[in-house]
Amino acid sequence: MTISLKPSNSPQEKLQPTGWLKYLSFSLDHKVIGLQYLVCGFLFYLIGGSLAGAIRVELISPLSDFMPREVYNQVLTLHGTIMIFLWIVPVVNGAFGNYLIPFYVGARDMAFPRLNAVAFWLIPPSGLMLITSYFINGAAQSGWTAYPPLSITTPAAGQIIWILSVLLLGGSSIFGGINFIATILKLRRPGLKLMQLPMYCWAMLGTSILVVLSTPVLAGTLILLSFDIVAHTGFFNPSLGGNVIVYQHLFWFYSHPAVYIMVLPAFGLVSEILPIHSRKPLFGYTTMVFSIMGIVVLGLVVWAHHMFTSGTPPWMRLFFTIATAFIAVPTGIKFFNWVATLWGGKISLNAAMLFSCGFIINFVLGGITGVALAQVPFDVHVHDTYFVVAHFHYIVYGGSVFVIFSSIYHWFPKFTGKMLNENLGRFHFIITFIGFNLCFAPQHWLGLNGMPRRVAEYDPQFQLINQISSVGALLMALSTLPFLWNILQSILYGNEAGDNPWNALTPEWLTSSPPPVENWEGEAPLVLEPYGYGEKNSKNTQESMK
Amino acid sequence: MTSIVPKEQSSERKKDLSIEEHEDFRLFGLIAFLIADGMTFAGFFAAYLTFKAVNPIGPDAIYELELALPTLNTVLLLVSSFTFHRAGKFLEKDEAKQCQKWLLITGALGVAFLISQMFEYFTLPFGLTDNLFASTFYALTGFHGLHVTLGSIMIMIIWWQTRIPSGRVNNENKFPFEAVELYWHFVDGIWVVLFIILYLL
Repeated sequence: MTISLKPSNSPQEKLQPTGWLKYLSFSLDHKVIGLQYLVCGFLFYLIGGSLAGAIRVELISPLSDFMPREVYNQVLTLHGTIMIFLWIVPVVNGAFGNYLIPFYVGARDMAFPRLNAVAFWLIPPSGLMLITSYFINGAAQSGWTAYPPLSITTPAAGQIIWILSVLLLGGSSIFGGINFIATILKLRRPGLKLMQLPMYCWAMLGTSILVVLSTPVLAGTLILLSFDIVAHTGFFNPSLGGNVIVYQHLFWFYSHPAVYIMVLPAFGLVSEILPIHSRKPLFGYTTMVFSIMGIVVLGLVVWAHHMFTSGTPPWMRLFFTIATAFIAVPTGIKFFNWVATLWGGKISLNAAMLFSCGFIINFVLGGITGVALAQVPFDVHVHDTYFVVAHFHYIVYGGSVFVIFSSIYHWFPKFTGKMLNENLGRFHFIITFIGFNLCFAPQHWLGLNGMPRRVAEYDPQFQLINQISSVGALLMALSTLPFLWNILQSILYGNEAGDNPWNALTPEWLTSSPPPVENWEGEAPLVLEPYGYGEKNSKNTQESMK
Repeated sequence: MTSIVPKEQSSERKKDLSIEEHEDFRLFGLIAFLIADGMTFAGFFAAYLTFKAVNPIGPDAIYELELALPTLNTVLLLVSSFTFHRAGKFLEKDEAKQCQKWLLITGALGVAFLISQMFEYFTLPFGLTDNLFASTFYALTGFHGLHVTLGSIMIMIIWWQTRIPSGRVNNENKFPFEAVELYWHFVDGIWVVLFIILYLL
């Protein structure tokens, strides 16, 4: 059958500079865009990490002496915003999604290549705009949540720039989501059924549904907030009759699903990495799919658990407590399935596998504190304390960032055709894991004993634990060095990886490394069993190894 | 009866239709976009209804909203949905002139809606920053008006594309037309909801 899998009016050839230049130009190739997302996101990670370092330096002593309180608030706001909107969300969705999804569905490119490129190129300018706001009149000071009336009463310039850049980043996210939905549902290679897709496709489909349903609500909310600041309307200004609780509801209707926008793709990536490095099929494919969809549905109806102390009525607290606790069920299913995938496998403890296992450990800890926080009496006790900070970082750093590193170690050979140094990678994992736990585990104690979050000065009794935490942060910062050294070494002098260094069955490994512009020479392989490891005569090998 | 597109061009287009275009992934992208857009409105509606339920001063307590102009607007938009549909029927039958005529009427109805809304704004006794409900009123109708403006511009572009011989909208390549039509029906539907919530409740 001679069918062209290429979009008929694909302008790819015309806009395709070669060599290094293509990574700095407006390319329409999904692989180039994916790597652009990854590198750009990593640069912002370094910036956001430096800001976190500044926060930890400030908290070494109980008095506010390293920087003025205003600057501390700005640093805190920028740290949160950069890490969420410019590092984790773009990288777990945009970078790996763009690189892998067309391979997984057997397409030559995403459904809308131009929209894809636009979605990426919205990110660097809005990120730079956000950072430069610090030099203009002071960056936003009201935290990444921008709760009014604080965000309305602090100096307007920085807050408006913050709103604009988050709006642009939200737009980028929506464009990406639309693209993924169309690609996964409609661009599949003929003969490939939905239930034969690799798990990352399902994770991206669920994430994109969340993005499309919830990000516009944040956009609308921020537009109203900017009216309050610029035109002095009274939507969220109590002195003009407005209602701040409405802002919180609308904000968390996006920002709670945002947690799943950050971790669902990570779940998908881990589901790809674990079977390959333990040489076993993914345990319970169908339950994995349904648990993702369950998380999507439940994730949309639990936002008010962030507002138990905002005066929500008891019936609402009851509903949101139950719904939140229920999310532990599909999430737990996924964890048991991952452990069952590892069970009895031929596990190779390389860097990718170590980071994935680190993810499982950290995320279970974060999940347990999450179930605890869903309970109203406990939440009222530790609300807005460092316990929440610790929980949150266990989820997004211990969850998403560990998976990002795992994925980089896993797919680097595909990206560049070179192998990374495994020993350096293991070293990187050990420092990151120790540093991370040293930094955030003690913060549970801080929170339980009543240290509030977002403060530059604190009671002297918390000093020792804060110092331990800062040492952990230092280790985390240092752990970036072996990683960067490894990448640099590998690109310059690395060993050739070959097409399929892990002997994987997922489709992206069935082409050359790095892949050609059209993804495959000739027709795309039809992979019906992406996890058919250890089974003789699987349908997969008959189809793809011809 | 004139054909909208020269014969040789249409056959050329048909040749490089690939598998994806038969499955029409673009429709999926469009629907996803409209859902996203609808969620923005849903957020605004939710905010408005909460304000109305929670806060004591509603627009009906202070002002009596005139119903004449908004009712006229509702009729204008509903009729325009119908005329757009008519234009689509003629596009399918390759009757360019008729299609253009109905498109032009649709665009004119959209512009008439905007003019009528502007009249309404001038006659209203409250301004944007007067109180909370004035703010929400203008935010909702203004955001919808922005959608009508964009829709009217897109209708004019479609109309222009069916007029010129090298245009990209014709019986062989109906997607741009269908996309704008779906968007326009969506904007109409939102207006009906908005009309009920804002003026009738």
